[in-house]
Amino acid sequence: MASNKAREALIDPLFNNNPIALQVLGICSALAVTTKMDTAMVMSIAVVVVISLSNFFVSVLRDQIPNSIRIIVQLTIIASLVIVTDQVLKAYVFEISKQLSVFVGLIITNCIVMGRAEAYAMQNPPGLSLIDGIGNGLGYAVILMLTAFFRELFGSGTLFGKQIFQLATEGGWYTPNGLMVLSPGAFFLIGFFIWILRVWKPEQVEEE
Amino acid sequence: MQRSVGYTLLFATLVCIVCAVVVSGSAVQLKERQDVNVLLDKQSNVLEAAGMRMPGEQLPPEVIEERFATIEAQVIELATGEIRDDVDPATFDQKKAAQDPATSEKAPDNLARVQRVPNLALVYLVKGDGGEVEKYIFPVEGKGLWSTLRGFIALEADLQTVAGITFYEHKETPGLGGEVDNPGWKSLWPGRKIFGPDGEPEIEVVKGRAGPPAEEPYKVDGLSGATITSRGVSYLVQFWLGPEGFGPYIDKQAARRAA
Repeated sequence: MASNKAREALIDPLFNNNPIALQVLGICSALAVTTKMDTAMVMSIAVVVVISLSNFFVSVLRDQIPNSIRIIVQLTIIASLVIVTDQVLKAYVFEISKQLSVFVGLIITNCIVMGRAEAYAMQNPPGLSLIDGIGNGLGYAVILMLTAFFRELFGSGTLFGKQIFQLATEGGWYTPNGLMVLSPGAFFLIGFFIWILRVWKPEQVEEE
Repeated sequence: MQRSVGYTLLFATLVCIVCAVVVSGSAVQLKERQDVNVLLDKQSNVLEAAGMRMPGEQLPPEVIEERFATIEAQVIELATGEIRDDVDPATFDQKKAAQDPATSEKAPDNLARVQRVPNLALVYLVKGDGGEVEKYIFPVEGKGLWSTLRGFIALEADLQTVAGITFYEHKETPGLGGEVDNPGWKSLWPGRKIFGPDGEPEIEVVKGRAGPPAEEPYKVDGLSGATITSRGVSYLVQFWLGPEGFGPYIDKQAARRAA
């Protein structure tokens, strides 16, 4: 039973209850960091780390946190974790942290993190909350990586910086699609993902 | 559940202390590593502007230091263009000098929105085997859309032809203004000319495409979707290579070459 619940916490957010595709949270950063796969990947890892740890700590403290200041306590924990993550990225993957620039700091305002702390970690034990955090982080990561895959491939003809399509400007055949590197490109892609997901799982369609 | 006010205050204080310790602890712990990264990044950008590193190429720290050691740094006085041998370039911090009122002047109104110009500035020289200067590398900075762009522009020995450009610090929109880091765009710069017939910097980033350097020597392709960043790059190059920036030094060096 317990392991069932844990599996649910981990797997459910991937497709059944995806934070981006179903709850439509965290869109801002999904648009911003998905022009290249390596930045999307580092961002995904950072978000997984922050959500799972914030869920864990909030859950550990859930019986002690006074109700009147619970949101600000959650925010303090999340903000601290994000700053530490940002410092670590600057120290160890400087190049990529430069490209992510402000968006790592903006994880603080990513609604998924706070949403999970408030909706899940406040009611569930630390172990389950940690798993729920990882699951939701991965749900975010799946959409981010998919979006980045299409944006980088069709926008720049590369994947992880490696040339896949020979560009017309360099004597090849492929003319990059400029829309893909702009934010609206990500909007269209995420829209398509949500559409496909709802065709596959019709129960996600809202009641008219 | 309802808690007493005292408990709430105590809890809030404890959370704050723990979080503050964790955050400042990690900042202090990692500071040294981050500083090394920032310095290496700056050096490797000087190398890139000088054409001693391919754009986007990752070099191990030892190689960066080794190659950077072959570049000669000079401190010069901006207003006169004189070389100041009495100031050690290794310890001279231009960013700090530009902020300190004692070592800088308020900049005249300018399009690059540079606030203060330091009295002294750094120039990097790439020298050939015979000791003759092959490339001059100038630090440049100015406002883009969101942020101050800081970088380097390298000129060939004729002090007229661009050898390379690169930015090591900016916070422009990734994918739009952030494309100042795009190796493809940076590769459009070498071969362009800086100074027009009247001696003023004439190079600019235009909207849309520019022809090859031979046909349109003073124009560089714009960054699509980033008009303000493109304009900022034009202005900052024009400012720093103009009379308020390195102009006097460039004139002096050019006159010496001609003599």
